[in-house]
Amino acid sequence: MIPGDGIGPEISASVKEIFRAADAPVEWEDVDVTPVKGPDGNYKLPAKIFESMGKTKVGLKGPLETPVGKGHRSLNLALRKEFNLYANVRPCKSIEGYQTAYPSVDLVTIRENTEGEYSGIEHELAKGLVQSVKKITEKASMRVAEYAFAYARDNNRHTVTAVHKANVMKMSDGLFLKCCRTVAERNKDIKFEEMYLDTVCLNMPKDPTQFDVLVMPNLYGDILSDLCAGLIGGLGVTPSGNIGEDGAIFESVHGTAPDIAGQDKANPTALLLSAVMMLRYMGLGDYGRRIETAALDVIREGKHLTGDLGGRAKCSEFTAEICRKVRELD
Amino acid sequence: MTSVKDVFTSAGVPVDFEELFLSTTLSRAASLESVVDSFKQNGVGLKGIITTPSSFKGGILQTLNMKLRNELDLFANVVLIKSLPGFKTRHDNLNFVVIREQIEGEYSAKEHEADPGVIESLKIITRKNSERIAKFAFQYATKHKRKKVTAVHKANIMKQSDGLFIRCCEEVAQFYPQIKFETMIIDNCCMQLVSNPHQFDVMVMPNLYGNIVDNLAAGLVGGAGVVPGESFGSDVAVFEQGARHAFAEAIGKNIANPTATLLSACNMLKHINLHHHAGLIEEAVYKVVREEQVCIKFDVHVRQT
Repeated sequence: MIPGDGIGPEISASVKEIFRAADAPVEWEDVDVTPVKGPDGNYKLPAKIFESMGKTKVGLKGPLETPVGKGHRSLNLALRKEFNLYANVRPCKSIEGYQTAYPSVDLVTIRENTEGEYSGIEHELAKGLVQSVKKITEKASMRVAEYAFAYARDNNRHTVTAVHKANVMKMSDGLFLKCCRTVAERNKDIKFEEMYLDTVCLNMPKDPTQFDVLVMPNLYGDILSDLCAGLIGGLGVTPSGNIGEDGAIFESVHGTAPDIAGQDKANPTALLLSAVMMLRYMGLGDYGRRIETAALDVIREGKHLTGDLGGRAKCSEFTAEICRKVRELD
Repeated sequence: MTSVKDVFTSAGVPVDFEELFLSTTLSRAASLESVVDSFKQNGVGLKGIITTPSSFKGGILQTLNMKLRNELDLFANVVLIKSLPGFKTRHDNLNFVVIREQIEGEYSAKEHEADPGVIESLKIITRKNSERIAKFAFQYATKHKRKKVTAVHKANIMKQSDGLFIRCCEEVAQFYPQIKFETMIIDNCCMQLVSNPHQFDVMVMPNLYGNIVDNLAAGLVGGAGVVPGESFGSDVAVFEQGARHAFAEAIGKNIANPTATLLSACNMLKHINLHHHAGLIEEAVYKVVREEQVCIKFDVHVRQT
């Protein structure tokens, strides 16, 4: 458990409490990831995070402050490299009782997370002329496509849509698309569709219910995953998971909310739903289902909601109510 | 397009059309050169949608749209997002402008296979084009009495390329102290667009983000069929649909929705100072959308297809 900064400690305590109420067989190992100054004068991540993750292969992470240029970014990057976290998964499902302009959304974005536009290769070719390289490889495209189909099957989903811009980026996005098609051939039980990124954007606000599982390269995934979170009420209620070859990290992707930190006002929903994803990943889906049902019931009933959801309950009251429901579901 | 000409005739608009087909899918197509010449000679034009078939290969990476833009140096694309009165969507009373740089960025058509199974695609951002589009955005905001310009980017990741774009915007903003300037990261921008779109006024961004935001914003007010757009070069103005989708399923069935093209045509008339005729047609279009509830299968309510 990486509790994180700001409201992080409160919401991770809430998650632990709910796990206890559900008797979920999870032992937590808390790890602080505040960078430490090494003998060479450079700040780096404490070794404990790598030791701990090396053992357990799975982690839950709260929000981290983002000092410009270091910290959050480097942590995500370091963890991603260490454990080959290649796919970011974000299920976006409308929450009953928390109304937005878009009812009945139920889709999942799967984003390739290791290459594409985020290759970090940029140079100034001439004065006032910068070139940025987007890298698409067959290996990474196949890997994320295979994951998308496996995810669809494991989660009773029916359609995988590859989102691309191969009409303009014929070779790079073309390669990504080709890989998706190849994988689709081997997974005939799942329906496969292709759609231009701009068409997805055009259709999304009109009718988001037409989408199921979306798989795409890094930048498009970054944009669409946040866009879809916006449909269901923002990052405060959207869970996220980073799936790797050597482990997985689940996290809430919202900010640290320093203005309300320590005041028992924070909403733990995003971290809790991420923890539910983690339980499913660990093969403890039954516990996950109970916790998820309890949390969604509490939100639907609308009596114990935190401020951001339009209620007046404290984080601890919201948590206690979920715990009560979890025990009832035994 | 036929619909536009009919409407122009009814409104007695003093415009002679020189009509040219440009297409990668039609055999009777005119050459790119003749189209470019016509645009250059007239200084203004109305353009339908040109499909880029995804099967289109042949070693040429540039699409016909890209070639036309490059030939005419149409660096700025403007899409006006305005809720149509009477056409109900999830958000009402939207009124903002998306300005897109459209000759460089991700659409540079420079791609190669670096190693087997590894493709590199180059995105080019130049100071010249970034400054030019930033100036265009602020001039547009001034001319149309808008209050705020939002520059959209991903400079936290693409520090140099998008960084250069944002720097240019910041520099130009200095000269327009009466217009508020802010920056927003593209992913957050899309989230804000679907949840709280009223905060936007004028938005300016590089090519690919513009393509994304144009379409997303068009989706907010009802789709590609109702949003007009226009592209500007230094000497040429081309008026067209805002969100460029050919909607091939509807060809020849008389079910296509010409609203966007009609509104673009009105904007063209305003551009050539035929404000009276533009107002006449615009009002008629709004009136039809507002009053007539005859629902056409695919698109918004229009009386006649």
